[in-house]
Amino acid sequence: MASAQAGAAVAAHPSFVREKILLGMSVREYVRSCCTPANAVAAAILVVGVPILVYRFIAGLGATTALSQTAPWGLWIGFDMMTGIALAAGGFTIGATVQLFGLKAYHPIERPAILTAFLGYVMAVIGLLADLGRPWNIVMAIFNYGTASALFEVAWCVMCYTTVLLLEFTVPVFEWLGWKKLHSVMRNALIGLTVLSVMFSTMHQSALGSLFLLAPTKLHPLWYTPYIFVFFFISAIIAGISMVIVESMLSHRAFHSQVAGQHVDIDKLTLGLGKAGALVMFAYFFLKLQGVIDGHAWGYLATGYGAWFLVEIVGFVLVPALLFAYGSRNGNVTLVRVAAVMGVLSIILNRLNVSIVAFNWNQPVRYVPSVSEVIVSITLVTIGVLAFRWIVNRMPILREDPRFAEGHH
Amino acid sequence: MRIGRRGFFKIAAVTAGAAGAASASAALPHAEGTDTPGVLVDTTLCVGCRACEAACAEKNALPAPPASDDVMKQRRDTAPQVFTVVNRAEKEDGTVRFAKKQCMHCLAPGCASACPVRAMDKTPAGPVVYDPSKCMGCRYCMIACPFDVPKYEYDSWKPRVRKCGFCADRQAKGLKPACTEVCPSGALTFGHRAELIELAKTRIYTNPGKYVPHVFGEHEAGGTSWLYITDVDLEKLALRTDVPEKDIPSLVSGALGAPPFVMTLWPPLLMGLYAFSRRRDTVEGDAQENAKEDRHG
Ligand code: SF4
Ligand code: SF4
Repeated sequence: MASAQAGAAVAAHPSFVREKILLGMSVREYVRSCCTPANAVAAAILVVGVPILVYRFIAGLGATTALSQTAPWGLWIGFDMMTGIALAAGGFTIGATVQLFGLKAYHPIERPAILTAFLGYVMAVIGLLADLGRPWNIVMAIFNYGTASALFEVAWCVMCYTTVLLLEFTVPVFEWLGWKKLHSVMRNALIGLTVLSVMFSTMHQSALGSLFLLAPTKLHPLWYTPYIFVFFFISAIIAGISMVIVESMLSHRAFHSQVAGQHVDIDKLTLGLGKAGALVMFAYFFLKLQGVIDGHAWGYLATGYGAWFLVEIVGFVLVPALLFAYGSRNGNVTLVRVAAVMGVLSIILNRLNVSIVAFNWNQPVRYVPSVSEVIVSITLVTIGVLAFRWIVNRMPILREDPRFAEGHH
Repeated sequence: MRIGRRGFFKIAAVTAGAAGAASASAALPHAEGTDTPGVLVDTTLCVGCRACEAACAEKNALPAPPASDDVMKQRRDTAPQVFTVVNRAEKEDGTVRFAKKQCMHCLAPGCASACPVRAMDKTPAGPVVYDPSKCMGCRYCMIACPFDVPKYEYDSWKPRVRKCGFCADRQAKGLKPACTEVCPSGALTFGHRAELIELAKTRIYTNPGKYVPHVFGEHEAGGTSWLYITDVDLEKLALRTDVPEKDIPSLVSGALGAPPFVMTLWPPLLMGLYAFSRRRDTVEGDAQENAKEDRHG
């Protein structure tokens, strides 16, 4: 009965709902097409995760997290916020490559990169709201200026940059809706938006590192350096490049129908990105070494934390840097992709190390995330992936809308 | 996607304006004058009666501290409902020493500099106070405090940061902080910080060998309102002594000085790059056009 009514409603606007939302299927066909194993897994995650998220707001942080007086920041800051935002750096990296440096060959991966960045930020903001003790007071940041705080800078840049990403994302949305006038307005604004995106990203990717500057006695000396904000910015570029490689590999596999008939040589773009990745990663590796020398932290290398530090900078920085270099030089796309996967892991590892593993390393009680914290983080990633898929299946993200294609210069 | 020279300047001007506004914004208030109130804790005088704990609990409407002195067998820390604790340590010769822990009311407090909404703030009069109605609960103040003082009400759906407020309300009325008022042994002296430093040094110099020759809090974390003199390692009395000498906000100010530069320098630089890459495109385009025409001709 209900579906019959819904069917009637669809019939009333066949052109829009059916074409734009249901991918040209009837409601029943569409629902049936959604019954896949992957969706079952996603649904299971949401069924568990969303109630936990709701419970957190009713019962408080104590009931759902392993946070304590010595560990005020946990997985939701270390992973959802720190890592989520670093991995979203592809948006400004590729945006600048295409729009500002004029490397138009990379245009086909610009939109997915911006979409990932946008969703990454939205998920990070949701994670942040879950983590804040009094999330309703987040508006206070608009009226009270704690300008001596790195977190103040982070808060403002996240607000501004999420808005910029939303605006950048309206270009494909307007193409999808067929709104030509607004589309051409936003299209023309894209250059300005890209400049803003580079500006905000520079500031707050590094400000996320600056957050730790005021804790020299709490962050392990191998990770603490007065230049940590520079490290965060450079590693964000690595994260951006690596994510774009991984993502274009995955999405061009997962969405063949979207890319069919397109003459985009993803392999060639991957090799080019690999070359850039190698460069930035070598620079990052030597800077990290410089940080250790500068902080006179050599002695710590012989400890357990030292071993873990070496795993991070040799296993997940030097090795992928070499793979990037070797792969891109010899045209070995697979190697570059392996390096990119390691690059993504490298940033996750670094952010978790700084904010959790090496933080409060000298305290007797160590923080280990609770099951609820892990589930909520997985839930947010799942929502992000589902949103990405929903949008890519409908809007011109991986392909161009032919009606708008002539606008490209 | 064409942006004329006018558009270019518009973008550069708007962002430069924003940068100016940001760099002109107010810095954190500093109460560094000699007038700043302080408390000198002399651990050699403290008898461990915990009257300060009781007075603090009463003044701040907190649960009364445990009656039995057995609690001092363990190292205790401040907690959401406990703003001050007295800890106990034994010297090598068997004498017992006590020290009270509470917020140090830093001259340039890390907690207040970290707070993005100034819910944690240093009042011009000196105390570092907290306003829950502004607080968004990011807990960055807890990360920032080098003495691990602020504590959080994790079990509430409407949590607050909790710490000693130096009885700012009492001080405003000309009263001493509650703890210093009840201390029977003379271990706590309330007064002007500058004078207390003199007093502390006089005690150290006139009793050679009695004290560790150091006024804890004179320079730690850029200077604190609460000062300690002692004849045992304060670390043993559960105070965090590994704090940096520099004040906490100054560790961050360098990095925070960057945004105005980013905001003024990036846009023109990037637009310049863009203009360059566009020019390169047109030059290449023209070259191709010419080549074509040549062939035709
Ligand atoms: S001791 Fe900690 S809480 Fe107290 S003023 Fe200093 S930084 Fe803030
Ligand atoms: S938890 Fe509250 S008081 Fe502490 S830094 Fe965050 S907003 Fe400020």
